[in-house]
Amino acid sequence: MNALLSLSNIWVEYGEKIVLENVTLDIETGSFVSIIGPSGAGKSSLLRVILGQEVPTRGRMLLEGKPLAAECGPDRGVVFQRYSVFPHLSALRNTVFGLECEKAPLSARLFGSARTAARTEAVEMLTAVGLGDSLHLYPAQMSGGMLQRLAIAQALIKRPRILLLDEPFGALDPGIRVDMHRLITRLWRDYSLTIIMVTHDIREAFTLGTRVLALDKRRHDPHAPNRYGATAIYDLPLHRADPPSDDPADDKASNQQAETGQQTKETIGHE
Amino acid sequence: MRWVNRQIPRSPSVVLGALPILLLILCYLFLAAQRHAANPMDKVLPLPDMMAAAMANLLFTTDQLTGQIVFWADTVASLQRLGLGLGIATLSALLIGLLLGVLPPVRATFGPLVTAIAVIPPIALLPILFIALGLGETAKVALIVIGIAPVMVRDIAAYVAQLPREQIIKAQTLGASSWQIIIRVALPQAMPRLLHAMRLSLGPAWVFLISAEAIASDVGLGYRIFLVRRYLAMDVIIPYVAWIALLAIVMDVVLVVLSRRMFPWAHGAGH
Repeated sequence: MNALLSLSNIWVEYGEKIVLENVTLDIETGSFVSIIGPSGAGKSSLLRVILGQEVPTRGRMLLEGKPLAAECGPDRGVVFQRYSVFPHLSALRNTVFGLECEKAPLSARLFGSARTAARTEAVEMLTAVGLGDSLHLYPAQMSGGMLQRLAIAQALIKRPRILLLDEPFGALDPGIRVDMHRLITRLWRDYSLTIIMVTHDIREAFTLGTRVLALDKRRHDPHAPNRYGATAIYDLPLHRADPPSDDPADDKASNQQAETGQQTKETIGHE
Repeated sequence: MRWVNRQIPRSPSVVLGALPILLLILCYLFLAAQRHAANPMDKVLPLPDMMAAAMANLLFTTDQLTGQIVFWADTVASLQRLGLGLGIATLSALLIGLLLGVLPPVRATFGPLVTAIAVIPPIALLPILFIALGLGETAKVALIVIGIAPVMVRDIAAYVAQLPREQIIKAQTLGASSWQIIIRVALPQAMPRLLHAMRLSLGPAWVFLISAEAIASDVGLGYRIFLVRRYLAMDVIIPYVAWIALLAIVMDVVLVVLSRRMFPWAHGAGH
């Protein structure tokens, strides 16, 4: 078993309300898992559980065979739809923050050569996400797309085992979104990341993912809508021969793939 | 054009803003002149030359008992009390507010206590302060602190607690400990709010200062006002009140400028 992250029998309940029931998943190293589903199907709950922000009522989670701490940690990076960056720090200092926390537990600040090294690393990371020219801008001066780039750089500098994305491109313009898709694909390939992304955009899920999970309730009691929780009703591996590149010509290929994916989903739906 | 859309450019806005003040002064002069026409010895509405004469006495001649110039001695004494009170209140607001806002166990333990202290009218505590701390400087400073600190503490605590949850989670995924989150995420973001809270507390701080000085003191702006009240010396009271107003305005402006200089990120994108 070479699963990086494995969830078994995860339940999330808020009192009477069951959000997730019996979710069992294995996520392999290097995969790009898209999670889709109707609103209220527990997509974000599942992400929060994996992130460690929320403790499941039942179930077990292993990261590389070891039980996960019920707390967020540097092994799991995250990019939220909003509020992922610190408004009081410039882009560069936002990115250096992760390194400072690790190396200076007391002051959370670096000095001298350590500081220079950390800055160089951060500049490299920011250049990789396309913010090489905006090192000293504050978040308030940045556009939505730039903020998400910064949030990604900030997370990646910690080299997390898993990168979690919670509707990261949901608030962006369609044009910017395409740019961001290329960026995340390139980073995923270059840094051999393992990504779990929650999205409400089915097309995005199939374009980017190597595997699509659809969460929904298997059973539904109209008199007790909270009685049953959601679980992974479809789990579709997408056979992406080679990850899409930055080349816009490749977009067509991935779009086609998205359509095939959709067909697959429909076929399964009819069974 | 609708009134909500009538933007006033800067220089006309200065004129407009000065207009009611000038009008008020004119009104006063008119009434004072009228009263003096009827009774040249009138003390209730003194004319400017009478105020100047009375103030010259306090400004340029040394007091025979203390060997000090009364006006400046009053000003220094009051500002010292106010500064000490405001400083202690601000520091404790920062310290307690941060801990209450960031750490749920601290909030659960001390939140109710802070609320209970905040609802006690500070003036009602003044006798206790005088009994416990004597009639000296300590009691006056303590009254200011007790009067404004609880409100500031609650304001900072509420503000820090309302920082987006995503930021705190993100910091943890970057490896930050509770301490690092306090000093690198919460503290810097609380600072502009703290200056704002200081501005709002200046008014109450002056109220408590004047109250304490009126009741038990031998020097101070408030003491002087209440002392000369016995002789109906409006020619001293009015300039003193104007001086207090001027000091308060200068402090307010200084705090605004400080906040803009030190925390440009908190004042919109333009910087």
